[in-house]
Amino acid sequence: MPDAAALVEAVREFLERDVMTSTEGRVQFHTRVAVNVLRMVEREINLGPDQVVRHADGLVRLGVADDAQLAAAIREGRLDDRMDEVRASVTETVRQKLLVANPKYLED
Amino acid sequence: MAALVDASAVDGLRRLSGGASRETWSFTADGRRLILRRDPPGSTKGGMLMEAALLRAAADGGVPVPEVVAAGDDWIVMEHVDGQTIARKILRDDEYAAARPRLARQCGGILAALHRIRLDVTPLDEPEPLDTWRETLDTLGQPHPAFELAFRWLAENRPASTRRAVVHGDFRNGNFIVGPDGVRAILDWELAHIGDPIEDLGWLCVNAWRFGVRNKPVGGFGEYDELVTAYEGAGGGTVDRDALLWWETLGTLKWGIMCIVQATAHTSGAIRSVELAAIGRRVCENEWDLMQMLPGAP
Repeated sequence: MPDAAALVEAVREFLERDVMTSTEGRVQFHTRVAVNVLRMVEREINLGPDQVVRHADGLVRLGVADDAQLAAAIREGRLDDRMDEVRASVTETVRQKLLVANPKYLED
Repeated sequence: MAALVDASAVDGLRRLSGGASRETWSFTADGRRLILRRDPPGSTKGGMLMEAALLRAAADGGVPVPEVVAAGDDWIVMEHVDGQTIARKILRDDEYAAARPRLARQCGGILAALHRIRLDVTPLDEPEPLDTWRETLDTLGQPHPAFELAFRWLAENRPASTRRAVVHGDFRNGNFIVGPDGVRAILDWELAHIGDPIEDLGWLCVNAWRFGVRNKPVGGFGEYDELVTAYEGAGGGTVDRDALLWWETLGTLKWGIMCIVQATAHTSGAIRSVELAAIGRRVCENEWDLMQMLPGAP
């Protein structure tokens, strides 16, 4: 039985093979966008669970519960004495988001 | 329409793509090719008389812009200018290969002229740049630690503003009409305001407007030195490089927040669109750029 990732892949292939070739203009453009969105979903299904765990670990090390608390701590200067650590942690989180959203962005 | 532009025959009316908030129509009046921009019926933003006043002042000052034929509060008719506006084509098509090496210098010269537009040609806002975007992000209510790091750096390193000028507000690749000879017209004046003129130079260099050509910091077509030298040489005033970097950094943050605004239009149900939903996942590109730009980046 195809799992969620396989179903998304099947829909993406249908859009690429059948819809892209039989549409033009605005609908074709939005089909291309939809194909990219489904690629993101496929990557999130694969990488997401591991990323959630790692992100939570990173937050615990900085002594905050979630991104809202981290954002507030940075804003209020409460993590200024650990700025290198904060910067490394935030950069890693953003890198993980890009691995799902647009991995090519990391290559250039 | 014929009466508005004082013509006896109007033909070939068709809607052009592009422009999410405003409609753009192409038509011919007595054989003259014209462009109509208007607010969609029912969602009047207005302010088109302001844009018309700016376009006329810009033309008088030597800034290449389409000639204004007629305007009202929610519509404007301009002459048609031949050329390309799609940034990816300007950066990649052979047709513009000879123009590309000239564009950064042209932009410098154009911006110098643009920043000489008199401050009183039309009433314009003078927003406080950091506060404005701080409030916008807070209103959206999404936590973005990378953006907080950027706000901290921007607040602590703000350059002293030395000049006040009319700022275009969206001067970037994608808002120019370019021909094989170079820049032919500067479009989309709706975000014009009073501010520090270096804002326009910094915005032009934001990575998003390089459309993948990252090693050409000015719009994907040129170098910082070309832009700055041309701007200073055309009487635009001295460009402090730290100030330029500060405005480029703010521009990167600003575009990131604007991406959230667009995605929120989808998630809130205001405009359901797969395109807007996808833009929500582009926010991390701006976060990445900021983490690379902020001093102390690993």
